Amino acid sequence: MDFFDRFAVPHPSFLIYASMVGIGLTMLAIVVGITYFKKWGYLWREWITTVDHKRIGIMYLLTALLMLFRGGVDGIMMRYQLSMPENTFLDSQHYNEVFTTHGIVMILFMAMPFIIFFFNFLVPLQIGARDVAFPRLNALSFWLFFMGMGLFNLSFIIGGSPDAGWTSYFPLAGNEFSTSVGTNYYMIAIQIAGIGTLMTGINFITTILKMRAPGMTLMKMPMFTWSAFIANVIIVFAFPVLTVLLAMGTMDRLFGTNFFTTDNGGMDMLWANLFWVWGHPEVYILILPAFGLYSEIIPTFARRNLYGYKSMVASMVVISVLSFVVWAHHFFTMGQGPFANSIFSITTMAIAIPTGVKIFNWLFTLWKGKIEFTTPMLYSVLFIPLFTLGGVTGVMLAMSAADYQYHNTMFLVAHFHNVIIPGVVYAMLAGMTFYWPKIFGFMLNERLGKWTAWLLTIGFVLAFIPMYITGLDGQARRMYTYSESTGFSLLNMVSFGGAAIMAIAFVLLVYNIYYSIRYSPRDIGNDPWDARSLEWSTHTPIPEYNFAITPQVASTQAFWDSKKNGHELFKGEIEKIHMPNNSGLPFIMSCMFFVFGFAMVFSIWPVVIVSLIGILACLVYRSFEQDHGRYISVEEIKETETRLRGAKK
Amino acid sequence: MKVDNSLPLEYSTEENNLKILGFWIFIGAEIMLFATLFTAYFTLENRIGNGPSGAEIFEITPVLIETILLLTSSFTIGLGIHAMRLNKKKATMGFFIITLILGAAFLGVEIYEFTHYVHVGAGLQTSAFTAALLTTLGTHGLHVTLGLFWGLFILIQIKKRGLTPETANKSFIFSLYWHFLDIIWIFIFSFIYLKGMM
Repeated sequence: MDFFDRFAVPHPSFLIYASMVGIGLTMLAIVVGITYFKKWGYLWREWITTVDHKRIGIMYLLTALLMLFRGGVDGIMMRYQLSMPENTFLDSQHYNEVFTTHGIVMILFMAMPFIIFFFNFLVPLQIGARDVAFPRLNALSFWLFFMGMGLFNLSFIIGGSPDAGWTSYFPLAGNEFSTSVGTNYYMIAIQIAGIGTLMTGINFITTILKMRAPGMTLMKMPMFTWSAFIANVIIVFAFPVLTVLLAMGTMDRLFGTNFFTTDNGGMDMLWANLFWVWGHPEVYILILPAFGLYSEIIPTFARRNLYGYKSMVASMVVISVLSFVVWAHHFFTMGQGPFANSIFSITTMAIAIPTGVKIFNWLFTLWKGKIEFTTPMLYSVLFIPLFTLGGVTGVMLAMSAADYQYHNTMFLVAHFHNVIIPGVVYAMLAGMTFYWPKIFGFMLNERLGKWTAWLLTIGFVLAFIPMYITGLDGQARRMYTYSESTGFSLLNMVSFGGAAIMAIAFVLLVYNIYYSIRYSPRDIGNDPWDARSLEWSTHTPIPEYNFAITPQVASTQAFWDSKKNGHELFKGEIEKIHMPNNSGLPFIMSCMFFVFGFAMVFSIWPVVIVSLIGILACLVYRSFEQDHGRYISVEEIKETETRLRGAKK
Repeated sequence: MKVDNSLPLEYSTEENNLKILGFWIFIGAEIMLFATLFTAYFTLENRIGNGPSGAEIFEITPVLIETILLLTSSFTIGLGIHAMRLNKKKATMGFFIITLILGAAFLGVEIYEFTHYVHVGAGLQTSAFTAALLTTLGTHGLHVTLGLFWGLFILIQIKKRGLTPETANKSFIFSLYWHFLDIIWIFIFSFIYLKGMM
């Protein structure tokens, strides 16, 4: 009885039951659909076992888009709940669960896969490589991430979602105050996804250091590759902290240890500190690749070189170092004293300097450029003022004395959405629109794209600017309701209106994808935007081996030089190409991780042991396996090249 | 597969090079992992609640034995890699076997040590100090355990397939891992045991 009780959602409501039915029906429809169209074999051969960085990238993209909508629904539910005083749409427990999952889903399961999609898809192409350094590890990274994501989303229909905030501070997240299994899901699902991300980091650092095309020195890499490199360095140094942190949290919850408890010597502030030692670098893992994308898009549509290449690189390196020494600014009010607060205030404000350098570099790139307002460019130009506003409020928050007023208010919520939405989300949408023709062979509709960008911006301004005001007036974050006498209701209603407009913008995005699939012309060539770096020099669709002949590079924009200045990109003869074999092992092993995670959440020890043995068996199998990959013959390459036209002799 | 014979066997192919660099980066991540554990340990070191303190439970004899065993094993794996570079298959295997035996002996003493702690009332749940201590030691011990199995599999592969670029690469990476665990142990020995006993 006790055993089965834990699987029930502790706090059911009509919405949850409706979602259960909805999810069940959707899953059934997918399974029936795949079976009906006999696509299981195709799915297994072409996608599940793939080690191709482009396909893995596309799977990351699909997951990210799916999670964007899941997190978005959470967001709009919160805005609706707060749009009226004393609203009863969500009760306190339900509201807690919604803001917790909104935060985790948006950061870890939407923004992270979105940037990893860009790493996967772009980095090998930009450096002229055939694949990443460890293709199979890359597949394992994706499937671990995917299973972590799946496990986390399962919480919502089996056992209850985590409800202690995306930061899950102890003692609130401990067994005493979080009695459902929700926080177990948090600890274990993020752990599994985090291991996948750590492997991504190792993979891409190795790829970028070792697999660049001849002539591409570090200081001739495209700016996105630079940002990916630095972000991956941050991943490798920040994610192990999360690994340890979540392991300790798991032990506190499942094995009764006393790391973060309030008795037997436990220290709850240790969680807060370690969480942000990972958490603050994490936000730079998200924003640096976003900066990298803007640095690709702005020069392309300003028709000018990126201004200040070296200072762009230097500023990213400085940001990455500073990101590790600012963590305590997340809890100025939690008692570390004025001396420590002052130090963290100063380091935090210092981040504004390299970020400002980047903003000015983009502005100088635009200066005297022949600007072409395509959708990606529109996002980039909207990004600059909006992000600067978010940056300025960030410096306000960095002042530790003043922070006592802002701490835990809607002002903070407004600030981080103001940097994440115009910073990361705009970059993701701009990058997606920009690279869509390279990925899928047709362009997204420009008219609908611009409508989306403008609606999103109007919605964003209406949704988040009022929060600055209510926050300064004292509206606390994470409160599920407020009374009429506070006077917050009008601005919160405006905010809900803004959120609704943003929702329309995202629906328009989906419609745009549908519309473009049906009506967009397919004869767009390899380089529809007249762009500058190597990824545009190969065919669309991109052959499995990326480049028939490894490109030769002599500047930061080799492809532009080959178009305008007579630089010869592809020298030499076609040779046979070595490619890795597909493998089902990453998927099978990740499935075992999923079972392991689920069993851990509910403390079903026999299953934990069996699945652990399964994971180890996969490792043993891998150790003894001999797989030297395969070769694509010269004839095959020539045939493919002819088919895609524009073959080099 | 292009083999460059001017380089040592473990570096002789492109793939091998990538794997060695990748593993160094992984060790970088591992350093962060243990650094976090040490940070937690130093923070919680004196927060003993109702349980015993380090000075009350640490015993120098088993710890010294463990240290000698692990340091020696680090030396023998070095000799193993040296023998591998001289292309002496038997000697390589011999040093691998000695390394694994020393590692297993280390693990045996560590298990004894753990049961001793539980015996004197310093279990995982006793206090923040014991939790941090046993987690840090346990993480290192788990690494050694996984390393033992990993080393065993590489040994079997050397026996079956001889010293090829692939097995040489695996052996070399394994030796990096083993040396790394040894360095971590030196930190554990100095900053957990010696500092705790003072």
